Amino acid sequence: MTVESTAARKPRRGSKRTSAAKAPASAEPQLVQLLTPEGERVEHPDYTIDLTADELRGLYRDMVLTRRFDAEATALQRQGELGLWASLLGQEAAQIGSGRALRDDDYVFPTYREHGVAWCRGVDPTNLLGMFRGVNHGGWDPSTNNFHLYTIVIGSQTLHATGYAMGVAKDGADSAVIAYFGDGASSQGDVAEAFTFSAVYNAPVVFFCQNNQWAISEPTERQTRVPLYQRAQGYGFPGVRVDGNDVLACLAVTRWALERARRGEGPTLVEAFTYRMGAHTTSDDPTKYREDAERAAWEAKDPIQRLRTHLEKREIADAAFFTALDEESETLGKRVREAVRAMPDPDRMALFDHAYADGSSLVDEERAQFAAYQASFAEEGN
Amino acid sequence: MATEKMSIAKALNESLRKALDTDPKVLVMGEDVGKLGGVFRITDGLQKDFGEERIIDTPLAESGIVGTAIGLALRGYRPVVEIQFDGFVFPAYDQIVTQLAKMHARALGKVKLPVVVRIPYGGGIGAVEHHSESPEALFAHVAGLKVVSPSNASDAYWMLQQAILCDDPVIFFEPKRRYWDKGELDTEAVPGPLHAAVTVRDGSDLTLAAYGPMVKVCLEAAAAAQEEGKSIEVVDLRSMSPIDFDTVQASVERTGRLVVVHEAPVFYGSGAEIAARITERCFYHLEAPVLRVGGYHVPYPPARLEDEYLPGLDRVLDAVDRSLAY
Repeated sequence: MTVESTAARKPRRGSKRTSAAKAPASAEPQLVQLLTPEGERVEHPDYTIDLTADELRGLYRDMVLTRRFDAEATALQRQGELGLWASLLGQEAAQIGSGRALRDDDYVFPTYREHGVAWCRGVDPTNLLGMFRGVNHGGWDPSTNNFHLYTIVIGSQTLHATGYAMGVAKDGADSAVIAYFGDGASSQGDVAEAFTFSAVYNAPVVFFCQNNQWAISEPTERQTRVPLYQRAQGYGFPGVRVDGNDVLACLAVTRWALERARRGEGPTLVEAFTYRMGAHTTSDDPTKYREDAERAAWEAKDPIQRLRTHLEKREIADAAFFTALDEESETLGKRVREAVRAMPDPDRMALFDHAYADGSSLVDEERAQFAAYQASFAEEGN
Repeated sequence: MATEKMSIAKALNESLRKALDTDPKVLVMGEDVGKLGGVFRITDGLQKDFGEERIIDTPLAESGIVGTAIGLALRGYRPVVEIQFDGFVFPAYDQIVTQLAKMHARALGKVKLPVVVRIPYGGGIGAVEHHSESPEALFAHVAGLKVVSPSNASDAYWMLQQAILCDDPVIFFEPKRRYWDKGELDTEAVPGPLHAAVTVRDGSDLTLAAYGPMVKVCLEAAAAAQEEGKSIEVVDLRSMSPIDFDTVQASVERTGRLVVVHEAPVFYGSGAEIAARITERCFYHLEAPVLRVGGYHVPYPPARLEDEYLPGLDRVLDAVDRSLAY
């Protein structure tokens, strides 16, 4: 259970200064792991978990369906149905493990890649596609599933989560809040400020950082000189690095952190050490900035295969289960595909909707001008 | 009638007190707002009466103040945050522009963000850098935000009440050099709409339009012009987003001339927006082009030069003369 090595990454050309920016080897931490890449169940002295066969199969199903949804969305982008897609490929365990640790009354503040967490919250996956298709900027009601809108500006939502958690504490509620962000966002001032505010107000919030090693083309060593989970120490709350490709470890550690928050013990930083298998979004080309060997090394740690091996070895799931899941997966893909293609463009007058809750005379004036302009075409018989 | 004479600072304090008393979801947040009562004492005594859970001293991090206020609003609270000085709002500008302003639209109306950001703004107090700026146009340009500025004690009291009740984020610019000016306040009056401009002096030769700290200068200019036989109308805009163009238009249709006055740089300022709209709306009523008086396109100057930078009585009267000369 040593740290996942980054040695597969070739040293970049350049000055000594570049190589000096790499984290010193002695700082490599222990990863919390409960399921090895070979699918072997192992124990950890601080984080235990005991799941039923049903629960284990459920986690597997969640990861498979999330991956299927993600693959469908990627394909839809390639077919021109979506303008952009941010794939979660490789991060299913981090998202499903943490997502399944949540209670219904907990509140989630995601980035734009938390499709697996959305799945766990019961958000219809087709709701996630509107912004990528360009028909809205989110559109769902966050209070329905306690799943906030996707936030595109990096790290902003960690402050919203902290403020929300301060409100939870004021209300005397025992729910918790979780904020998702990435290794790139860890460089943002807002994340540092969220750490400060949450610590000084003892807010019931869990910061869940998916360190997927790459912030578009910038590697983690361009973000930090120390392992990210160690940042928490400076703010006075615990930080834990978990194997982000191990759904059981992600579940156990997040559950522990949420319980701490509920008990009034304040924030926790969880760093899920994982890997983004694909591009940052469909707009970039990872072959330009990273080595094939690195991806190959991580493929061997695939979160879904790992649990499948375990389920098969322990005979927790049989062939009928996997076949049924394959069919369910295909049905989901078809449903997503059809839903996207059927998604209508918004009415043009919607341009003026929702700029303000209490209205604005300026918007009223422009709406009227726009309506008159549109009506002028009708009068011309067009 | 519960009318009394009080300063703008005291009126704001009373307004916050009333809001906190009325609605337990109202919170006050900011740097030094608790024990100190704020650097301008606008929140004086509030923490003593409402406790640390509602009058929240924050870490010195403006993005954090606004960002956590957004989270609290999502949880059902109505935070009123204090930014200590105008020039310090920029660390929070990202949160205000990319999050606070847009979340309601992003959620297709399903999220409301009743957050008030109070900013003491403008010059004239001999302060150091970043303590005297007028960045209102930067906020008024952003859809989703409402931007207002009172010029007197009564408006300070009532407009802050209305801003707190508003379900949209309101950037509430307080004219800091007028904090100690006293005016009549009737706490039982029925206030006009938050975004309505008010004609504060009638006249027939020319309209001066201003808001916040410049309203007083314009009233003084109108009084001085009166001695020379010129009849000047003064409109207090009160709101920079939205702007009550109807009231300005009605005035200009009477007077035929408009001079817009503000402390912020003229270039791309709110005066440019008003000049353009009024020209569109009342081209045939105008006897002269709409003129603007304001700050120059330079960084806000050191205190010993701010009297040259800020529009004073003479610069306003000069613009009045230029307009009347057409």
